[in-house]
Amino acid sequence: MATPGDAAAAAAAGGGVRRAPLRLAPRRLTEWAVFVLSIGAALAFWELISRTGVISQKDLPSMSTSFHELWRLVQTGAFWTAFLQTVRGWALGLAVATALAVPLGILLGSSEFAAGAFRVPIEFLRPIPSAALIPLLFLTLGTTLKSEVFLAAFGAFWPLLVQTMYGVHDVDPIALDTARSFGLNRFDRLWRVKLPSAVPYIATGLRIASTVALILAFTAELFMGIPGLGQKVNFAQAFGLDDQLYAYALATGFLGVLIHLASSAIERRALRWHPSQRLTQP
Amino acid sequence: MSRRTYTTLKIGAEIAVPIAILFAWQAWSANAHDPKFPRLSTILVEFKDMWLFSQFGTHVVPSLERIAAGYALAVVVGIAVGIPIGLSRWARLWAMPHIEYWRAMPPPALLPISIVLLHSIGNVQKISFIAFFCLFPVLLNTIDGVRGIDPTFMETARSYGLGWWETIRRVVLPASSPQIAAGMRNSLSLAVIMMVLSEYFSSTSGVGYVLLISKNTFQLAPMWAAILLIGVLGYVLNLLFGLAERRVLAWHRGWRAGFEAA
Repeated sequence: MATPGDAAAAAAAGGGVRRAPLRLAPRRLTEWAVFVLSIGAALAFWELISRTGVISQKDLPSMSTSFHELWRLVQTGAFWTAFLQTVRGWALGLAVATALAVPLGILLGSSEFAAGAFRVPIEFLRPIPSAALIPLLFLTLGTTLKSEVFLAAFGAFWPLLVQTMYGVHDVDPIALDTARSFGLNRFDRLWRVKLPSAVPYIATGLRIASTVALILAFTAELFMGIPGLGQKVNFAQAFGLDDQLYAYALATGFLGVLIHLASSAIERRALRWHPSQRLTQP
Repeated sequence: MSRRTYTTLKIGAEIAVPIAILFAWQAWSANAHDPKFPRLSTILVEFKDMWLFSQFGTHVVPSLERIAAGYALAVVVGIAVGIPIGLSRWARLWAMPHIEYWRAMPPPALLPISIVLLHSIGNVQKISFIAFFCLFPVLLNTIDGVRGIDPTFMETARSYGLGWWETIRRVVLPASSPQIAAGMRNSLSLAVIMMVLSEYFSSTSGVGYVLLISKNTFQLAPMWAAILLIGVLGYVLNLLFGLAERRVLAWHRGWRAGFEAA
């Protein structure tokens, strides 16, 4: 059934039920065979439609050309500089968002009064697409790393805030009463009861936020010309270097997969000890 | 403090805080004299002049059409493809590597490619772009919802001799609909973002286009009005979806309330 974090994500989205995230790591040998075959078939299909001219090679460089270009790029220093610049924007943005959203979420989550007072502003700001802020950033922070970090942090802030609020709010009342009758003071209750029980929610928020932060770091680079993979994609398009365009897009996709896998692993780790997991995982 | 005073205070705060924030913004922007941050009142007047309704037809309607078409496409394809994948373990194994790769791809990375590939900076490219990235929340939630259907339901359907179409219509779709709705809601907020991105990159009309042009020409009040409109758009669409969902899933809410309380 639902992991607590995802339930909160669903509740934050206004209802609906989320089961444990789809986990489809192949386990048996036949499953690995299907996995490999499936990827192989897709790549072969790509090669075929490009080589046979269903889509001209000018518009869609063949799979082998694109991967060859990617292989050439990964041997250059410029590629890794851009790659690390994107990772830096992502990491700083996520860090800033976490540093702000988690304490604020704890504050708003522990006090019904505060949560009520800020409900409307949060509900209004949350759905605003961060991309709409790009023109404003051009004029204020300029085409600098600061803009990239701000955009990534702004996007990552909301899912983290909402998840933390739900997590702290959703603490087991009996555990809280027990802590109180043991004479734990306010701080100890927060540190020893509320925070540990909110960790799975925060981990889910972190998984969602890390994807969002990458998208926005890349967006800032693409639209504002801040150095990184996004800027490379923009150059490749401007100069009509289609091979590079596809190679950089492939690389960006792999970075996305990498970040998704890492944050999912952290989330599972954070959820492992949680009672809901022990009860529902056979 | 009595319970009633507390409740009154809380509701008061819920109303007062947003108003206080707006006032603070107005007061700050009036004193800042910074052309980058026009007064809130100036922005609101500009908002009224632009969007109610002189430029509504030329720019808001095209954006809304793109959102509607892209979103509708994503929902139909997501559900149609998600059901068979959800029902079959082998289909899941086959499809998941691709779904996992494409949904981890930051959408703007495909923006230039979509233009090269589709030879278009018009509606074809915009709608395809919106549809492609709105697909994943619907698709993943459909797969997950279908996968999680109580096997008893499916066995009951089989023992009643329901054909595959009837089984999907009467069992699979209703049983997974709450989760499909959750996916559709995420997709809808995504649709607004994708609309802005695609119009911001290359276009001749739309809200994203207005945003880009007003920035490039340093027309700051219109720029702020466009940002505000995008915010309002996201908020209103989310609100409308909530209302529609409540109606369509009314039969389901009791059970869900029980689930969430648990």
